[in-house]
Amino acid sequence: MRKIWDKKKTDVQAQKAQPPKESPAKIRLQKDLSELEISKDMEIIASPTNIMEFSVVYRPQEGYYSNGEFKFQVSVSHNYPHEPPKVHCVQTIFHPNIDTEGHICLNILREEWKPVLNIQSVLFGLRMLFEAPNPEDPLNKEAARLLIDNEPEFARTVSSSMRGRMIGLVQYDRVLVSHSNYY
Amino acid sequence: MAPVASCTTGIERFLTLKAPHVEDFELVTEEGETPQQMLDKANVLVIGAGGLGCEILKDLVMSGFKNIHVIDMDTIDVSNLNRQFLFRKKDVGKPKAEVAAEFIRQRSPDVNITAHYKRIQDMPEEFYLSLSLIVCGLDSIEARRWINAFIYNLAERHGYEGFKPIIDGGTEGLRGNMRVILPKHNACFDCGLDMYPPKTTYPICTIANTPRLPEHCIEWASVLEWPRIFPDKKLDGDDVDHINWVVEQASQRAASFNISGITFSLAQGVVKNIIPAIASTNAIIAAACVNEAVKLITSCNKYLDNSMLYTGDAGVYFFAYPLFQSETCLVCGQKEGSMDALSTSTLEDLITALKEHSVFQLKAPSLTYGETSLYFQKPKMLEEQTRPNLSKSLNDLFDSGSTLTVTDPTLPTSLRVTVNFSDKAS
Repeated sequence: MRKIWDKKKTDVQAQKAQPPKESPAKIRLQKDLSELEISKDMEIIASPTNIMEFSVVYRPQEGYYSNGEFKFQVSVSHNYPHEPPKVHCVQTIFHPNIDTEGHICLNILREEWKPVLNIQSVLFGLRMLFEAPNPEDPLNKEAARLLIDNEPEFARTVSSSMRGRMIGLVQYDRVLVSHSNYY
Repeated sequence: MAPVASCTTGIERFLTLKAPHVEDFELVTEEGETPQQMLDKANVLVIGAGGLGCEILKDLVMSGFKNIHVIDMDTIDVSNLNRQFLFRKKDVGKPKAEVAAEFIRQRSPDVNITAHYKRIQDMPEEFYLSLSLIVCGLDSIEARRWINAFIYNLAERHGYEGFKPIIDGGTEGLRGNMRVILPKHNACFDCGLDMYPPKTTYPICTIANTPRLPEHCIEWASVLEWPRIFPDKKLDGDDVDHINWVVEQASQRAASFNISGITFSLAQGVVKNIIPAIASTNAIIAAACVNEAVKLITSCNKYLDNSMLYTGDAGVYFFAYPLFQSETCLVCGQKEGSMDALSTSTLEDLITALKEHSVFQLKAPSLTYGETSLYFQKPKMLEEQTRPNLSKSLNDLFDSGSTLTVTDPTLPTSLRVTVNFSDKAS
């Protein structure tokens, strides 16, 4: 085997004191995060001590959900990017593609995930979900039905849910943006 | 007297004959070693003692390997017995590695085999350094990625002493593959990661609202209902009570959607992402892996360059091809470099130097050292929290000779740069 090794002259300096290398998943995430193009309506809440878990805050500027402030918990596994990041909505919101427990139905987070996608793609997907909720593949059937049958009523219900009202048997979280951190 | 394997007679004779056109093969090396002696002292690690692992272990012993380690974190399940032939009914519930090792000890007392009922991550670096090569019979991409990155790093830091070829086998029904990974010499496991299909998943809205298959109902019970009912308990695919609960919930749901076919084994299959295993496919791939091991150790014939596919489901077709190193590989696509800097210069000075460096020419580097994030260009919050490091002097952040992981928009993956303090001997 010495001959196999010697076939390719690789300079290996003694670096035995080095800590083992970071996981490929973490290197990829470092690249993803440090090159994110974030628009003003989004914010990443992260800690330099553990970048594998972070939050996304999204304040849509237009559409049904404008003036809202939506929070998502993102958790990246050591099998990233073979596996997609796990994204969860931490508030109870009224949305055709997000259930009241925070599960999100977004194709790229499950069956359409590809290792070439990155955190930027996930942020883009979340934005799409709020700019154009998709009632064809619903997770909250009640919300989807309302959007199809009576769009003005859907818009009113969304804004009432965002004020923290009760709709049916569900108490929604107040998610209106507070002016102190609105920019 | 216990029976002693005589199956190795063939390989012993084979190793005393010089084959034509094999330049690297010598009947006695410069160091005075015969191929048989190389085989005798080779120290091989088998990762996984399952369907492939049992075959690999048997083939290694029958090929004359004398020093074997086997590691597996699993215990024996009754469903393993049809193909994992080193196990018997009385062994159900016992650690696979230990039972497999004991079987081999009984069958071939001249083989020195050690069992490790552990995770590969729990073995110390010295253990890996003591090996000659590694044969993997794994069913998980994650474990393969871990061992690949770890062994690559070993070669990088220790040179030849840390050079541990990995022979990786994998099977899925009637299909199988094999890779010969020579760290720092050819494509590593991560280079070919895109070729592995991700785990089968179903759209969450289908699971939640419009199930059509029994699998949809099982995913509903395991992905949506389980965390809702038991928020603090992780679903364990090997726990009979857990799977029974899933079966019960999924069956009720299936009934209300007129779906049939929920069984215990299907539920466990979906939860654990089990792919049907065929014993003969395991035998083919394991045998091919062990022949590569013999060739790598003794140089008796040309070894595989570097990937092989067996597609038994398409009318039996074998294909061998060299997989190239990927420029964007997160393990071996990393660039390497070193820089000299004054220990008293600041992190900001280092970043400027990285940008002005004639070879690197970076635009907006972000730097980490081990678990410490030194500086992130983005996002805003990470930038703000790491900004105070910019004015710190380098010797307050790391020692001379430390290797930093640098990412930059101009790099396909990352740069590992070793910083030496020019005002101090490292």
